[in-house]
Amino acid sequence: MIGYLFLVLLLAAAVGYVMNRATARAAIAGGSARFHSLAGFHGAYALLLTGLPAVLFVLLWLLLQGSVIDSIVIGSLPETEMAGLDAGRLSLIEAEIKSIARGNIFGTPEPWKLEAAERYNSLRSIASVALWVATLAIAAVGLYVARSRISPEFRARHRVEAITTWLMIACSVLAIFVTFGIVASLIYESIRFFDKVPITEFLFGLNWEPQIALREDQVAGAGAFGWVPVFLGTIVITTVALVVAVPIGLLSAIYLNEFASSRIRSISKPILEVLAGVPTVVYGFFAILVVAPAIRSAGAALGIDVAPNTALAAGGVMGIMLIPFISSFTDDALSAVPRALRDGSLALGATRGETVRKILFPAAIPGIVGGVLLAVSRAIGETMIVVMAAGLIATLTVNPLDSVTTVTVQIVTLLIGDSEFDNPKTLAAFALGLMLFIVTLALNLIALRFVRKYRELYD
Amino acid sequence: MNKTITAEAQIASNIVSAKISARKVNVFYGDTHAIKDVSIEILDRSVTAFIGPSGCGKSTFLRCLNRMNDTIDICRVEGTIELDGHDIYDASVDPVQLRARVGMVFQKPNPFPKSIYDNIAYGPKIHGLAQSKADLDGIVESALRRAALWEEVKDRLAAPGTGLSGGQQQRLCIARAIATAPEVLLMDEPCSALDPIATAQVEELIDELRKSYSVVIVTHSMQQAARVSQKTAFFHLGLMLEYDDTSKIFTNPDHEKTQAYITGRFG
Repeated sequence: MIGYLFLVLLLAAAVGYVMNRATARAAIAGGSARFHSLAGFHGAYALLLTGLPAVLFVLLWLLLQGSVIDSIVIGSLPETEMAGLDAGRLSLIEAEIKSIARGNIFGTPEPWKLEAAERYNSLRSIASVALWVATLAIAAVGLYVARSRISPEFRARHRVEAITTWLMIACSVLAIFVTFGIVASLIYESIRFFDKVPITEFLFGLNWEPQIALREDQVAGAGAFGWVPVFLGTIVITTVALVVAVPIGLLSAIYLNEFASSRIRSISKPILEVLAGVPTVVYGFFAILVVAPAIRSAGAALGIDVAPNTALAAGGVMGIMLIPFISSFTDDALSAVPRALRDGSLALGATRGETVRKILFPAAIPGIVGGVLLAVSRAIGETMIVVMAAGLIATLTVNPLDSVTTVTVQIVTLLIGDSEFDNPKTLAAFALGLMLFIVTLALNLIALRFVRKYRELYD
Repeated sequence: MNKTITAEAQIASNIVSAKISARKVNVFYGDTHAIKDVSIEILDRSVTAFIGPSGCGKSTFLRCLNRMNDTIDICRVEGTIELDGHDIYDASVDPVQLRARVGMVFQKPNPFPKSIYDNIAYGPKIHGLAQSKADLDGIVESALRRAALWEEVKDRLAAPGTGLSGGQQQRLCIARAIATAPEVLLMDEPCSALDPIATAQVEELIDELRKSYSVVIVTHSMQQAARVSQKTAFFHLGLMLEYDDTSKIFTNPDHEKTQAYITGRFG
């Protein structure tokens, strides 16, 4: 139904555009007065005035309709039945009425519930008709106003621009609000967690054993929520990833940008970009099926004890994932160095290698560092590879041949399964998420600083 | 003024010999034939100006003289160019070493994003011209002095070169080129990004440099060519139409195209 309404609105707006443009065009062609705006702007003005307020109205209506109808239905329920009910019971009754209204009747409900369901249905159909009428009326008023404004003096060009500006502002405000919403929900749940587990224990505790008893009679650990070993695991895996990604990404970008012939460049660059397009789940397969067994057998050959889920395997594969990331940042940073500097150095009798080392690289380093920092925050937040290839037990170790777990892995395991949402085990996931968010946010801010600084360097 | 230039040019042509001689040089950018059969003798210890309308190939030819065109993939050079009698396109010649002997200054000042000192010291360090820190200091100071920049920057050698004014930056780039002790200095429109005062300073400097180097300058300003050069070559559509003493080119050119160009009828 709503789909049709939007379709009709779109049509009305299009009609408004065509009508207004035609009228304005005729007026411009026939009249002696010089029009301020071209016919197209008068058309666009009609389009916006017909479509925008009506669409906003529909969205607002849809937002409010449900709760308004609910409260009317609930309010009209007989006093005798409602007396002394708590919120939980009330929402149960509400759900039952709605399901009756949809035609799913179980057993024989009380007559007052049937009556309420009927009222609910009739209210909904009234609302639907009212929505159509009101929306079309608003669209019609918009169209009328736009048509009555066609005149030589009317500055449709500026009006259209003003309206689109406001539209863009609204979109960016929406994006910002969503971000705030996400952060707020994280903080809210984390505060609930810190009610049950002291924040000092979480931040400084060296034990992570979130398995606590869900029922009185269950056998489980006492539960320890120290995030240090988990975060240390993240750091170990991130370090391994960077040790793989930074040299390979950096050197390959320098080679492709400064030394390779255009033919080699045109072949290798797309291949590197394919690497960026591989889904992380596939990297995960690669880690458990290829890299981890290889490391294990290599370790066995050397007589070293290697865990089945090593940080080395997970981190190494994550490093491969980050190569295109780092090389594309390096590439951008190197290309941004003006050609004049390159020529200047070569004209002084420097080789290409000396030019890269002494002129291009120092000039590009802030951009490269920015890229590396962004890669770090990606590595910290990366989930799929580590869920598949890293371990589950939080051990306090920095040995990359050991099994470690990461913050993201723990978040996933804490939220899988059916535990209640007022349980510290579940809520711990939000606290971990909050910490992850803070760390990556800080890294991103530092990276942005670097990138901004580098923009000011030459000029 | 013309008389003094003629006199100077004559003196110059008496004492100098050909530093660079090019024969039948052709340059191609992919399929475009940019330079056609250019032959020229460039004298030592004098200033040679290349003039001509935009796109006539004068910068391209200039860049052949220190093999900067090698850095462009699609560029191909034919013919011979000799520096002191040795073909610079010979397989035995290292273009990197050649560029230390034939310095270049670009159209837009392009100081490295380093300190003033490091800008100058860059070339000498690469080529191992200084044995000690004191040596290097000496090279930097003398290069800056010869570029007439020493007095202005001696107290802030550690300041970034990019912080100087446009004219100072260009003189810094000239000093940088001098510091590697080249024999020839190529200048590709060195004053086109400068204001008149800075231009005058750079021109004065070019005149000074003539005592020790062979200077080749590409310029769009006829007045500049007349002021600073002893020899002038006129390029048009990839051909070198005329090459003679500057005084002759600007007073009594042989070619009607040259006449038309220097009097401003086209270009």
